[in-house]
Amino acid sequence: MKRKLEISELIFKIISYFLLTVFALMCLYPFVYAVSASISGRHAVEYSEVILFPKDVQFEAFSMMFGNNMFWNAYSNTLFLTLYGTVWALGVSIFGAYALSKKRLLFRKFFNFFLVFTMWFSAGIVPQYLNYLDTQKVFRSVGIMDDKWLVVIAMGMAAMNIILLRNAFENVPSEIEEAAIVDGATEFQILNQVYIPMSKSTIATVALFFAISRWNGYFWARQMISNQNEHPLQVFIRLQLEQYTDPEQMAGWNRAYASDSVIYALIVCSIVPILIIYPFIQKYFAKGTNVGGVKE
Amino acid sequence: MKGKATDYLVLDQATGTYHENPEQMVRDDVEKHYWLNVGRAIAKDWRLYVMMVPMLLVFLFWRYFPMYELLGCFKVSDTVLPVSEQLFCGVSYFKRLLVGGDSLSANFWMAMRNTFLLSFYGLCFGFPMPIILALFFNEIRSNAARSVYQVMTYLPKFMSTVVMTSLVTMLVKQGSIIGQMGIVSQALVKLGLITEEVGNAGLLNNPGFFRAIYQISGIWESAGYDSIVFFAAIIAISPTSYEAAQIDGAGKMAQMRYVVIPCMLSTIVIMLITRIGSLLNIGYEKVLLLYNTKTYVTADVISTLAYRTGLSGGAGTGIASAAEMMNNVVGMLLVIGANTIARKASNTSLY
Repeated sequence: MKRKLEISELIFKIISYFLLTVFALMCLYPFVYAVSASISGRHAVEYSEVILFPKDVQFEAFSMMFGNNMFWNAYSNTLFLTLYGTVWALGVSIFGAYALSKKRLLFRKFFNFFLVFTMWFSAGIVPQYLNYLDTQKVFRSVGIMDDKWLVVIAMGMAAMNIILLRNAFENVPSEIEEAAIVDGATEFQILNQVYIPMSKSTIATVALFFAISRWNGYFWARQMISNQNEHPLQVFIRLQLEQYTDPEQMAGWNRAYASDSVIYALIVCSIVPILIIYPFIQKYFAKGTNVGGVKE
Repeated sequence: MKGKATDYLVLDQATGTYHENPEQMVRDDVEKHYWLNVGRAIAKDWRLYVMMVPMLLVFLFWRYFPMYELLGCFKVSDTVLPVSEQLFCGVSYFKRLLVGGDSLSANFWMAMRNTFLLSFYGLCFGFPMPIILALFFNEIRSNAARSVYQVMTYLPKFMSTVVMTSLVTMLVKQGSIIGQMGIVSQALVKLGLITEEVGNAGLLNNPGFFRAIYQISGIWESAGYDSIVFFAAIIAISPTSYEAAQIDGAGKMAQMRYVVIPCMLSTIVIMLITRIGSLLNIGYEKVLLLYNTKTYVTADVISTLAYRTGLSGGAGTGIASAAEMMNNVVGMLLVIGANTIARKASNTSLY
């Protein structure tokens, strides 16, 4: 039997549907607008005739973007940083977290504190910058001239992710490990064939966190990578924004599309790949917030 | 560790002499061979310790060495010399920042105020939004419809800070020869919330709007995503709780008041405490990407001030480190305090 809705319930339901719809549309609108503005004609964009749907459709802003070597260069740099950065950070974290998850590890408390303290206290921008400069010198002196490797190796490690992994490893029943030891497995085999398969979803979540922070990394990449050809996508987008929104620089703009369309096209280009892989990563994304790192 | 005398020596009744306590001999033995035993344990499990080495080195080099570099706040800054060889100058930088009376000190206090206010407003406006959203999501019974709403609201979270700020910049840009003001500014003018001149000058060039833009873009970006954790708390509520409330004659509002909110409370408290703990760790990247010289009054936070004074040709790295040192110490105290409260309140500590 279906229960009859009370008046207060009905009102609350209507209000929540209404407000949710408004909020969801507000969340969505900037993207729709960005897409429309990137493919609308110059006059329509400059005189704000584009509200929701594109007008005088052109694809020249996109084709100009795709014809720009720097754009593809920036994309490949970002892929490089994301791929190598994630592999490096995840590898270091898995090994470290595995060791930390073992009760028999001596000075375990000290090592844990060593990690957790970095979450409480960070040195800040300036000391970190000086530190990276020194690192850069050291890297150069041993022959690593590419600043990309500095970004990959020195940045992006997060204590929180290591703790998430450690908690997942601690939840693996110790009987399974004992069985593996009886079967003569080495430490590395235990990690590789017992612990990693048994905490796959946490590892995927952590890998996703690392990959996202790499993909999004902007500030330190801009500070530390001096060579323009090595700039990742985020730095490229920002530099383009600074250039194309400057009225003085754009005064002589004589293309068939507005200079704004270039920026919108760039924004669309940087979001689309994420939207494509979003359905596949969504469940790990949601899981990450539930794990939360809560530990007695 | 002090013990009783009998811990160490025992009286032999027969001869009337004292002997060393055999248990103490064992303890002495353990103590004498402590490091040897540690060495043996490490040698036996060496693979485990080797696995940890890369992680420890990464944290040592790029997390702890900068903290050493932070000591520059007590030294006469000289970027040529390493910190260890710089001259000690005591707390003079701190003095100058706190009671210097010059423009640097004024900027420091302004930045401190902005840091607090941006976080505080984030707490007031940004924190309740995900909770409200989660309550709304709960009202939607159809799973498909809810998924659609959720995906729409999570979407902004997938942009990087740069893309998000670029989009915001474009939506509220100034009017100029290369186009009219941004579409959102125009909507605000149409609604009568701002005048045309203000919109034409660009909202991001107006110090009065920076905080609002910062908070609204923050809500836009993360309210949907942050609601996941609260929504998870709501769906964890057992249906029997609702049924019991209904039998007792509770209407929708009463159920909300007496079932949903109390069941969410522990999640809310934990999230709130985390938020308070990170009150001073304001994301400098977003501020750096949104502010400009015209909006320093309301936008400049400690990190961005330190960035300007320390890196891009300002008063020097020493004084910038001093500013960051103060910010970080207060921030750390807040985190530890919040964590202690969390442990007391809910028996779970966050770290």
